[in-house]
Amino acid sequence: MNIDSIKCGFVLDHIKAGKSMEIYKYLELDKLDCCVAIIKNVKSNKMGKKDIIKIDDEIDLNLNVLGYIDPDITVNKIKDGVIVEKCHLELPEKIANIITCKNPRCITSTEQEIEHVFKLTDKKNGVYRCVYCESEKK
Amino acid sequence: MRHIIDIKDLSVEEINEILDTADDMISNREKYSHVCDGKKLATLFFEPSTRTRLSFEAAMLELGGSVLGFSTAESSSATKGESVSDTVRTVGCYADIIAMRHPKEGAPMVASLKSPVPVINAGDGGHNHPTQTLTDLLTIRREKGRMSNLTVGMCGDLMFGRTVHSLVNALVRYDNINFVFISPDELKIPDYLKHEISNIEGISFVETDCLESAIGDLDILYMTRVQKERFFNEADYIRLKDSYILDMQKLALAKDDLAILHPLPRVNEISREVDDDKRACYFKQVENGKIVRKALMMKLLEVEV
Repeated sequence: MNIDSIKCGFVLDHIKAGKSMEIYKYLELDKLDCCVAIIKNVKSNKMGKKDIIKIDDEIDLNLNVLGYIDPDITVNKIKDGVIVEKCHLELPEKIANIITCKNPRCITSTEQEIEHVFKLTDKKNGVYRCVYCESEKK
Repeated sequence: MRHIIDIKDLSVEEINEILDTADDMISNREKYSHVCDGKKLATLFFEPSTRTRLSFEAAMLELGGSVLGFSTAESSSATKGESVSDTVRTVGCYADIIAMRHPKEGAPMVASLKSPVPVINAGDGGHNHPTQTLTDLLTIRREKGRMSNLTVGMCGDLMFGRTVHSLVNALVRYDNINFVFISPDELKIPDYLKHEISNIEGISFVETDCLESAIGDLDILYMTRVQKERFFNEADYIRLKDSYILDMQKLALAKDDLAILHPLPRVNEISREVDDDKRACYFKQVENGKIVRKALMMKLLEVEV
């Protein structure tokens, strides 16, 4: 199967197989007018199978979201058909309104206008906690 | 402007400074009786409390200030659907400092983000209660004369007990503290807290479900109540509420200089006969709570003697 190369935009590579739709949703790629390709289960020497997303536009990419979902994703920035920047992600220190706190005792459960903010408390194990009630994101 | 939402908002040096002020207040009460003349404390209690609210109010009155506020959510605009942020923005126009208790965890933190005056967390659900921790620290220091080289037993509801979590977080910043966590399986101290303290140098802990076998090693015994309001299921509460009861028989196994603390209110986890034992410090804790709140409010209001 052939997917055309893109001229200007991003290629998100080394996505864990099956995770691409989740990223599509979190990055709200459905709202874009440009061409977006989701390629699932691509053969990979390193990973066995992987997903790839190609975005044919220079959008404002939320790297925090990507880093939270999977810090092993490689973000390739494409200009005039060539890779001009390769970005390796890491777990963000803080994320806002990406995930919600599920603790029924948390203030966010009753006050709807509050941002759902989580901070990284254990980098080694990727543990995030709600900044208000300190519950761990399950 | 400072807010105190979590005991970790204060450095060890600041805690020691507050405890030093509290000690001086005990020796020289008159010296502090007008330091907050003209200042107003608002007590916003969205959840019932006798001890903490009255302690804050008595503290401000003893400093020469005055108090206003409400003692249940029903008597506030929360019943009309007002947000915590809007409430503190409004009350901040009437008062110089706010003490807030709320059943939802994190509510005082949300308040602090919008408040024009300092906010003190007076207890948020099962989460934090920093002024209780300052109370406990003052009591420990006054009873033992030190804050390090202590074996501290914590007994009862260690899962939902916010005072336990805050006290653990405070004590791990001192040297050579050995915790003994005594609880039934269902109310064990949360894993994340154990994980956090497990790599701190000079801090160790053991877990047991037997108070009798542990009590002989302790310098401090921190008893807690199994709190009905923290359970969603009443059957679980009834099954666990009488898990540990400290009586004279168990106390006979303890050291002579043990200090027994309890954040109160007590239900039946400490027998009334223990109250007259010299090792019972929980009513002294109540007095210490008022004094340490005076010292904290002075610090946040930046008033000098």
